[in-house]
Amino acid sequence: MLSDEEKEEINAAAAAYPVRQAAAIDALRIVQRRRGWVPDEAIAGVSEFLKMPAAELDGVASFYNLIFRRPVGRHVILVCDSVSCWLMKSDRLLERMSGILGVETGQTTADGRFTLLPSVCLGACDRAPVMMIDEDLHTDLDGENIDKILERYE
Amino acid sequence: METPLTANIRPGREPLDIAAYRKNGGYRAVQKALRSMAPEEVTGAVKDANLKGRGGAGFDAGQKWSLVPMGGNAHRPKYLVVNADEMEPGSFKDRLLMEGDPHQLIEGAILAAYAIQADAAFIFLRWEYRLAAGLLKQAIAGAYRSGFLGRNVLGSGYSLELNLHISGGRYMCGEETGMLNAIEGRRANPRSKPPYPQASGLWGKPTVVNNVETICNIPHIVNNGAGWFRGLSRTGEGGTKIYGASGRVRSPGAWELPMGTTLREILEEHAGGMQAGYRLRGLLPGGASTDFLTPAHLDVKMDFGSVETAGSRLGTGTVIVLDNRSCPVGMVLNLERFFARESCGWCTPCWGGLQFVAQLLTGIEAGQGRMEDIGLLERLAGMLAPGHTYCALAPGAAEPLASALRFFRDDFERHIREKRCPWRDA
Repeated sequence: MLSDEEKEEINAAAAAYPVRQAAAIDALRIVQRRRGWVPDEAIAGVSEFLKMPAAELDGVASFYNLIFRRPVGRHVILVCDSVSCWLMKSDRLLERMSGILGVETGQTTADGRFTLLPSVCLGACDRAPVMMIDEDLHTDLDGENIDKILERYE
Repeated sequence: METPLTANIRPGREPLDIAAYRKNGGYRAVQKALRSMAPEEVTGAVKDANLKGRGGAGFDAGQKWSLVPMGGNAHRPKYLVVNADEMEPGSFKDRLLMEGDPHQLIEGAILAAYAIQADAAFIFLRWEYRLAAGLLKQAIAGAYRSGFLGRNVLGSGYSLELNLHISGGRYMCGEETGMLNAIEGRRANPRSKPPYPQASGLWGKPTVVNNVETICNIPHIVNNGAGWFRGLSRTGEGGTKIYGASGRVRSPGAWELPMGTTLREILEEHAGGMQAGYRLRGLLPGGASTDFLTPAHLDVKMDFGSVETAGSRLGTGTVIVLDNRSCPVGMVLNLERFFARESCGWCTPCWGGLQFVAQLLTGIEAGQGRMEDIGLLERLAGMLAPGHTYCALAPGAAEPLASALRFFRDDFERHIREKRCPWRDA
């Protein structure tokens, strides 16, 4: 249920901790990086590999918002909706993004290209409003520059 | 004016690598401490420096360390955790320190770990700080190669393993005991205190959790002494502070200034005052979970004691500015929705109370509020106050709510009277 590469990577992460379960979050991310999300069979595989109950691991997986228990698009957009960005009109930005992509927050575009998610403060408040697409931070967003940014993600 | 924390930081350029960092005096404090200071002397220097924890609570760092059991009978292994989970809305100071000078953090972590005789340390970093993650990984590897980490550091007999833990997300991870659960691979629910982490933390072993900025101060205290450190400040609380400002100011940003710099100086001189066409209505002095202050408070000195006397908290020291063209009710709604969403669900007053608060505020902002909702919100703020929950999330949520009901009461009443948001239609 886990590939050999996944097992190897999880073992490497587990070496940092005295208890195997501590690698649970690392393990879920390792699976997610390879598969895009964390399906049920991966929960079963990781729980067996880390010797922890599957129900507890699922509780962990569903607690952390950057672990996806449902499939997401090829690119995940995190739009900051916390207070500093709100003061810089992030609600309009989110509406505009929603309009361009044709999805509400929490949804994935029909072509599977983008998943649009709201996010806690991204810690770049001096450059608000901001968002992340995959691992990239985009700052000082306005109505003009969104389309150009989205074009970069196929 | 000395700015030790940001001396190596060159905006827009890559941070110093280990060779350049050492050329600028880096890792000298580790050499000094491990070769000529007992662990208790390092703790003593930090105590004398009067370094208040920079994560927001302002607990004395040296005192925190001195609660760790020392000597042969202490439980082992002991742990140091660096809280690099900067998620308090409006805060972006730790990002600056980690992206700007990662080795300063590593050096501080080694010193803090040595002071409490930790066997292992974790840097708990939020996933979103991708740039910092890469830089820290590289810096840790460099420190291992140079013998500042690993077995028998610099031949001193002291050994330390340092690992980077990347978070899976959630505001709760920044809470001290929630963070311990997260590292252990559990849900980040809070733990009951006592026992405090210094006695029973990670896997039940003695553990200290310190914020990034707190840790970054340690090398400078070890190098230059407690007296020098206290002299950096304009008040009794030692050191400099990374202050910041966001919102409709002319030049949002973060600056290292003497501890105790006034709000006026931060907002007018460093942030450049308000943008044209905007007036200052109020502010949160240090993140989402601090009480509102008003323009009448601009001469308050930004240290933990002075801001508390003024009725709020220094928190993270990154100021969030409310302007006259943004709705105060809308801002409080944004804050409370955030807290309601991020509540971990462990304590009933928190998850239940915050949902109710968010619901009432949504109604008021939409023009469907009733006058009695204001009294209800005040009662709920009291229910969220300290003493009713395991951690500080709910009390933090109560602070901007209760203070907004005091300072912006007319605005709440106007929404209810006029059955609309006056800012929405403006």
